[in-house]
Amino acid sequence: MTQPNDMLLNLAGVCKHFGGLAALSGVSLHIKRGEIYGLIGPNGAGKTTLFNVITGLYQLDEGTFNFDGSDYACCKPHVLAQAGIARTFQNIRLFANMSALENVMVGRHLRTRSGIWGALTRNRAARVEEQAIEERAHELLRYVGIHRPSNTLAKNLSYGEQRRLEIARALATEPKLLALDEPAAGMNATETESLKELMKKIRASGITVLLIEHDVKLIMGLCDRVAVLDYGKKIAEGVPEQVRNDAAVIAAYLGTDSPRPHAGEGQGVRVSE
Amino acid sequence: MKLHRPANRHLLLALALLVLPFVIDALFGHGWVRIADFALLYIMLALGLNIVVGYAGLLDLGYIAFFAVGAYTYALLGSPQFGLHWPMYVVLPLGALFACFFGVLLGAPTLRLRGDYLAIVTLGFGEIIRIFMNNLNAPVNITNGPQGISSIDPLHVGTFSFAGQHELFGIGFSSVHQHYYLFLAFTLLVAFVSLRLQHSRIGRAWMAIREDEVAANAMGINTRNIKLLAFAMGATFGGISGGLFAGFQGFVSPESFSLMESIMVLCMVVLGGMGNITGVVLGGVLLVVLPEVFRHGAGPLQQALFGKIVVDPESLRMLMFGLALILVMLWRPAGLWPSTQRRRELMPDESVAQQEQDTVYDSAK
Amino acid sequence: MDIFLQQLINGLVQGSVYALVALGYTMVYGILGLINFAHGEVVMVGAMVALTALQALLAAAFAPVLAVLFSLMLAVAACMALGYGIERIAYRPLRNAPRLAPLITAIGVSIVLQNLAMMIWGREYHAFPLPFNNGLHEMGGAIITDVQIVIVLVALVMMAGLMGVVHRTRMGRAMRAVAENPSAAALMGVDINRVISATFMLGSALAAVAGLMVSANYGIVHYYMGFMLGLKAFTAAVLGGIGNLRGAMLGGVLLGLIESLGAGYIGDLSGGFLGSHYQDVFAFFVLIAVLVLRPSGLLGERVAERA
Repeated sequence: MTQPNDMLLNLAGVCKHFGGLAALSGVSLHIKRGEIYGLIGPNGAGKTTLFNVITGLYQLDEGTFNFDGSDYACCKPHVLAQAGIARTFQNIRLFANMSALENVMVGRHLRTRSGIWGALTRNRAARVEEQAIEERAHELLRYVGIHRPSNTLAKNLSYGEQRRLEIARALATEPKLLALDEPAAGMNATETESLKELMKKIRASGITVLLIEHDVKLIMGLCDRVAVLDYGKKIAEGVPEQVRNDAAVIAAYLGTDSPRPHAGEGQGVRVSE
Repeated sequence: MKLHRPANRHLLLALALLVLPFVIDALFGHGWVRIADFALLYIMLALGLNIVVGYAGLLDLGYIAFFAVGAYTYALLGSPQFGLHWPMYVVLPLGALFACFFGVLLGAPTLRLRGDYLAIVTLGFGEIIRIFMNNLNAPVNITNGPQGISSIDPLHVGTFSFAGQHELFGIGFSSVHQHYYLFLAFTLLVAFVSLRLQHSRIGRAWMAIREDEVAANAMGINTRNIKLLAFAMGATFGGISGGLFAGFQGFVSPESFSLMESIMVLCMVVLGGMGNITGVVLGGVLLVVLPEVFRHGAGPLQQALFGKIVVDPESLRMLMFGLALILVMLWRPAGLWPSTQRRRELMPDESVAQQEQDTVYDSAK
Repeated sequence: MDIFLQQLINGLVQGSVYALVALGYTMVYGILGLINFAHGEVVMVGAMVALTALQALLAAAFAPVLAVLFSLMLAVAACMALGYGIERIAYRPLRNAPRLAPLITAIGVSIVLQNLAMMIWGREYHAFPLPFNNGLHEMGGAIITDVQIVIVLVALVMMAGLMGVVHRTRMGRAMRAVAENPSAAALMGVDINRVISATFMLGSALAAVAGLMVSANYGIVHYYMGFMLGLKAFTAAVLGGIGNLRGAMLGGVLLGLIESLGAGYIGDLSGGFLGSHYQDVFAFFVLIAVLVLRPSGLLGERVAERA
């Protein structure tokens, strides 16, 4: 396959097994620079597994993994972060007992370099760098819309703020690809709406976004392209309009997950509106 | 003088530390200055372990092994054992280096283990080092086995020996006083290094690992290297402290490096307040001084109460010590003087976990 | 060949004791995620109580079998009470405290128990009276004593009993539920505090039996005996995969075998350079090697990092 320059992430034939269970079998994904790419699928479809493969938490068993022109199969998470993939976690994994500011500052770790010597002597370079880290962290907190005192402990932030803080922390690593694992989970309609704005803002700043979501409405209204996983296979890919009317997708959803009573609030899965 | 100005407070603290040995000497006697010297050595150890346990969150139950490596390095290179009498400024750094080397040697394969597995591996390592020191007297005699090594050279620079009597401005300084100032200098150095590291890029990375290793790794921190760095730093401080210990004591034997010692240092760190330097120093002082107070108090107290010694003062002392550990922890679970973060952490707050639970129910799963 | 067999027997006997003690560690760890450092001292207290009871009963001319049984029951009861008390006083108040706080109280309890025992029973080694003639049996060139046979058999029965309790009773089910997920178990109406108390008591009962076993096997009781034994048993629990009952049993028996075979052969293996003093080194090396290869112990669950 040719690799046009506008491709940021290329996965081909990715397989991942857990014991005898094939969580992913032959999944291929192509994410273009500057798009918001949605990944949906019923529970257990392998979305999070794929996500973990992309961010290095799992090592793929078969297939190729090309990011920004280089091969990154079987790399550790910090290598992928270095390469420019940053992520958030489905069940929020902040550094709970560090302040909001410190959380973001940790994100700057890999783009900064002062070591023991700098820490001990506090020489000019180290001081300048430390100041830059702090300034950037403040900036990012404002950017994602956290307006609390920056020394508030992460765990004392509201739920929505914690989700945003995770995004700020990820942005601090200067990613090319920002991978968000169900960022809207548990959010109310207003919060979801402002999250949507945030993601558009992030894309506008030139960062590609990969989005896993249960909230199909959010995905459809936001993503440029969408892929649908089911039983570890990609069953559809394309612009939202196209995917929404795909017979296989409708079957996958209606076969496993019936609409929930309060689906009208934007939760739950509705294939057509 | 305004006390709330930090510069003034520091000056006052410095003065207090300088005259402290003379105050102790005048009030309690010479023996207590010696105890103060040991307290400083233990504070150094506790500060070293604090980097590993308090900052990076790695439970190390064999930390005393690094102290042992430093002590034996000094003992072997500065005693009649091999007829080597290398100077202190060579042997101390060498001891620190060896300790650091052993830290990396142990850490490299084991640091991917989860919390309590790491604890038992470090514990095993501590025991291995002790057993080797206990038995490396045959077939080739290296460590002199359980008898240990004696007649170790005193700490000295050129012709100045810290063990001799000296006079300055008409004030007499004896061995324990001079060691006090030497150890104080090293302790301040270690405290300074700890403090600087704590508020740095490296320190933040350690704390991130302590809080959530997976997330730290995902944020681009090379967790293995950073953890190894914590281990190596801690080991280095242990090695320095060990070298000073050997020179001060003039004698080392494997008995001084038992598991109980590791546990003791860990208690200092946790009891005082993990991650907070003031707390750790406080823990070190208390755990060295308390048993001594009990030692001196247990006998006379019984005499006064019952007119005779009812129970062995030694075991009464340990009993009270054990009780003190329990009571202090029950009273202040985060330690006597926790870091502000730890203090906040203790507030009944499971918001994150709770919200995670809520998420499970809320989202369409 | 007979040396090998002899070391195998010794290892098996020692391993049975380790396994019983390791079960106590692993049960508590499984439920609370806590290293109960005081568990070794519970073994020691069990041995001491059994010793005192046995001396008194034999002096009162009780029938040997009854004397042993009574003192065992007394030791078990005393240890269960002790285990319950330790949990109530030193661990329960700290259940939501930072992770290391209960570790320090555990160490405190351990120091207190050791020194209390020293005050009550003294510093000296006590001979453990065996009311029977400890018969020797020859097996293929190796010797096994009556006491050793009884130890292995009793250990097997206790382990089978424990598995029965954990897998077939209501309390056992509650224990497993709490170990899986305490808050969910509480929501389902499990009384967590009762379950935790029961776990401590059960583990302490096993410790009492183990205490009697070591004492009978070596014929010696000492206030410091619990420390090293506890340490080894904890090692065994980790070796097998802490939190896993079968792992504790396997780890215990394996550690016993490794130690005794190691002590027997380490000299030959190292060309005479290392003597049998290095038996503990050998055990710890094996532990480290196993954990480096299998980070969660032999039977431990491989906890995949969850995102």
